[in-house]
Amino acid sequence: MPDTQQRLRTLVQNVAQKPAPEDPEESLFESGLLDSFALPDLVGAIETEFSIKVPDADLTPRKFDSIARMEAYLASHS
Amino acid sequence: MNSFLHGFGCALPERVVSNDELAARLGCTSEWIESVCGIRERRWASAGQGVVELGAAAAEDCLSRTGVPASQIGMLILASGSARPGFPAPAAELAHRLGLGTTPVLDLPMASAGGLFGMVLAAKLSETYGDILIVAAEKMSAVIEAHPLDQNSAILFGDGAGAALVSQRPGGREILHTAIHSDGQFRNDLAYDTASALKMNGLTVIMQATRKLPAVIREVLEQAKLAPADVATFLVHQANQNLLMRVAKSLDVPADRVFSNIARYGNTSSASLLIAAAEWDRQNPPAGPVVFAAFGAGLHWGALLAR
Repeated sequence: MPDTQQRLRTLVQNVAQKPAPEDPEESLFESGLLDSFALPDLVGAIETEFSIKVPDADLTPRKFDSIARMEAYLASHS
Repeated sequence: MNSFLHGFGCALPERVVSNDELAARLGCTSEWIESVCGIRERRWASAGQGVVELGAAAAEDCLSRTGVPASQIGMLILASGSARPGFPAPAAELAHRLGLGTTPVLDLPMASAGGLFGMVLAAKLSETYGDILIVAAEKMSAVIEAHPLDQNSAILFGDGAGAALVSQRPGGREILHTAIHSDGQFRNDLAYDTASALKMNGLTVIMQATRKLPAVIREVLEQAKLAPADVATFLVHQANQNLLMRVAKSLDVPADRVFSNIARYGNTSSASLLIAAAEWDRQNPPAGPVVFAAFGAGLHWGALLAR
């Protein structure tokens, strides 16, 4: 199975319909890859892919606006 | 005892502020504004027209449409997030203008969700106070023009007022279920304190709204054992056209099931829900379940199911 970062890249690419950034620290929102309404879609895709439920309290771009932040979030909830 | 929504009213300032006008001031294009929020124009009040003046016009429209004299009102609730801070808050002045005498009044200093919270409170309080007039009035142009224009907030907001009449007298639409919630965790992500410009962390607000609005709508529907597809119309706080479409998608209902007038009025904060309700009601909509829902600064959010 691909590693977590690769699985996240695939999710980002599917939601954005564009290639995911090479730099995992790059902000998906500030780079223009995702708009503010696509980020919730990405969170939904993460919930499905990793079989987790992201609580409302964690729904903030501080946790999800880069691949590195998503990876850290998943690591802390595994 | 159940409560009933007897009717609605609204008032909009005359001055239309187009995307072209704003785009010239903000250094963007009118097409970009419409693409990010679905707004083509909004209304801005004149210098002498404030929350009380707009609220009085909406209240009088509601009383006229419902045929209820002001003397019959047992309580007035005024929601506004943009009213000038300090005391007394504006409900007392509004009541005086409407000739309500010693009728008790409540102020809800609550943006966006204030109109919805007012209706829910009225549904609970009407057994004691009889006919309750809810008014939500906003002069958001004063908020965004109090400081240098910020592109992300200036394009969104407009001025206006809406009103609703809730009573235990049968008639209109029966209020079946309500749900309201608040959570201060994200209070700083959408905030205004007059000393500094309106602060809006749009990403956080949208992430929260896209989940909380469909969830609270499902909460009231489940109490009635109804599915989203059973609802004739969803009247939702007119925050952003993209958010309205997202709510429809989340509920798996056609987009046109979610009423929208945001293209013409922008986001009028707490007033938007009741302005939308007034316009919808004037279209003589068919009978059937209708859901009112709102989300906003606080965070506060909720829904009301009527039929």
